[in-house]
Amino acid sequence: MSGTDGVVTKDIAGVKIEMIERGTGRPLLFLHPGIGIDPAAPVLDRLGAGARLIAPSHPGFGRSELPRAMTTVDDLAYFYLDLMEALDLRDAAVVGVSFGAWIAAEIAVKTTERIGRLVLADALGIKVGDRETRDIADIFAMTEAQFNEHAYADPAAAKRDYAAMAEADLVAIARNRESVARFGWSPYLHDPKLKGRLRRIRVPTLVLWGASDGIVTPAYGEAYAAAIPGARFERIERAGHFPHLEQPEEFARRVRAFALGPGAAP
Amino acid sequence: MKVFHFTEQPYPDAWDKHEGSLRVVLPNRILDPKIAAERFHRYYDEWRLADELGYDIMVNEHHSTATCMSSTVVVTLSVLARETKRARLLVLGYPIGHRPDPLRVAEELATIDVVSRGRLEMGFVKGVPYEIPVANTNPVFLMERFWEAHDFIIKAMTSHDGPFNWEGEFFNYRHVNIWPRPYQQPHPPVWSTTSSRANARVLGEKGYVIATLGSGYNTRALFDAYREGWASKGRTTPPGPDRFAYLGLVAVAASEDEARRRGELIAGYPRTSAIVAPAFRNPPGFLSVTDNARLLQGKTPPRSYTKDGRVVSMATASVQELTDAAIMFCGTPDQVYAQIADFTAHCGGLGNLLMMGQAGHLSHDDTVDSLTLFAKEVMPRLQAMKQPAPEATAAA
Repeated sequence: MSGTDGVVTKDIAGVKIEMIERGTGRPLLFLHPGIGIDPAAPVLDRLGAGARLIAPSHPGFGRSELPRAMTTVDDLAYFYLDLMEALDLRDAAVVGVSFGAWIAAEIAVKTTERIGRLVLADALGIKVGDRETRDIADIFAMTEAQFNEHAYADPAAAKRDYAAMAEADLVAIARNRESVARFGWSPYLHDPKLKGRLRRIRVPTLVLWGASDGIVTPAYGEAYAAAIPGARFERIERAGHFPHLEQPEEFARRVRAFALGPGAAP
Repeated sequence: MKVFHFTEQPYPDAWDKHEGSLRVVLPNRILDPKIAAERFHRYYDEWRLADELGYDIMVNEHHSTATCMSSTVVVTLSVLARETKRARLLVLGYPIGHRPDPLRVAEELATIDVVSRGRLEMGFVKGVPYEIPVANTNPVFLMERFWEAHDFIIKAMTSHDGPFNWEGEFFNYRHVNIWPRPYQQPHPPVWSTTSSRANARVLGEKGYVIATLGSGYNTRALFDAYREGWASKGRTTPPGPDRFAYLGLVAVAASEDEARRRGELIAGYPRTSAIVAPAFRNPPGFLSVTDNARLLQGKTPPRSYTKDGRVVSMATASVQELTDAAIMFCGTPDQVYAQIADFTAHCGGLGNLLMMGQAGHLSHDDTVDSLTLFAKEVMPRLQAMKQPAPEATAAA
């Protein structure tokens, strides 16, 4: 399946969200980065082979509703605890990229009751350096071209033709940008408490990182992994901040090998 | 009509020393504090003269910029509360959506009102997009923060029976009891600025003074939205001209040639104001999602129009185009009076002219001469001018 197939609307704890659902098997909850998720992204079919893939748009992103009271990543984490309960996910693999990995970490420090494996790719969310060191490049002080330079191993491939896009897609892009600011403006794309709480994550965790990530460097990723007991750190070459987009095969292969067991690797 | 003398207190000495941004990132080593001191004192002298000549006074603040050295209205207001004798002191504005502590704002403004013996006009503004990264307040909640700060400040100024409690979304206080309380009762008049019809309507509902800048011959649409908001609250008489204000650049001189020369210098304000690094021009949430989607398609709504409907860009317009769009009033006293009178008719009434009487490289001598000439030749005629009857321009 691809394209818009398998995109459904769900009511979770009173919030209507759009959600991509594909395949059967062990549940794999994919939490998208701040730029949202395209149902046609090749990575989704690869993740969905042999698993029950669930890829929602976070409240405030894509076409998902946004309750006025939701203002923090903590709120989103509680929303996803509700979602896992509502869908009765058990032993789920939770896979997040960038902003989605920050949400995944905030979920896992609360409880891993329904989580079997955790994958954090190019995660935001923690403070590593001193008070005058910005760990996360200031995306709100960049033009789109500058952002692409930081975020992609191949910035030219990231260029988008807005003039050719449908109105609804442009609205979704504008919503995504606004919602990243809503949830992450200050403290800047992190929760000062999160690093100290990562020790509570007691499920096997893989920290995946695009080797060319200029938004959060691999060194930041290593610090993230070091704060989670027993976590593994791996790099993906020829990828920046969004390895699931730049190296979808390799990204899916690593996730499946780690999260769905040896038999799941193609 | 009241006329307020305004200058942004610029530091034009740095205007040729930037690499694409006069704001946010321009290093402050470029500012020579000795030159800055001379400039501040000069601007205060011009406001003192304005007070003597019968003007009212407007002050503002901006941050991390060579276009406006005033980074806190409280300093300018404090100096002028004591240095001037009669002028109304309009702050337009205090960017309360950015400020971390509205209790402090209430205390400052109440004190200035008392020291000036009740001459404060209290303008609250949302602030410009490129100062959001400087203040670091979340742009997505800017208007919610603005209105909560506003509600809090008004409550603090009007509560006189001991401390009250405040547990809001953005601000928390347990013992609010400001000393001194304001001189004017129940509180100094409230003003605000806007460039959107939706916000203009809200200001009309509240009955505050609405001020616009750069809206030119599009101003009537904003004022009509105000009139609709005003009427929607059951008011039976339409708003008078004192509810409306417009910021115009004024270049006046005895001869047309000299007025043009001054106009070129004053046009330094609109020509430098928008020199900002592109990344800081549109923080997420400052504009609506719909507007941002349109921007992605390359559609930017024009803001300024001439009387005959031509679109004018403030940043690049000639003095003639600025004058055609009523962004600037430029010429001899007779010409300037005629331009302002015509614009007042367009607005359906205009009780407050916020006159940028100094901008850019306009010298002290030129400023003194312009202010004096305008006060003598134009102001009395504006004060005597018959405003359009409010009934004639009431919302349909």
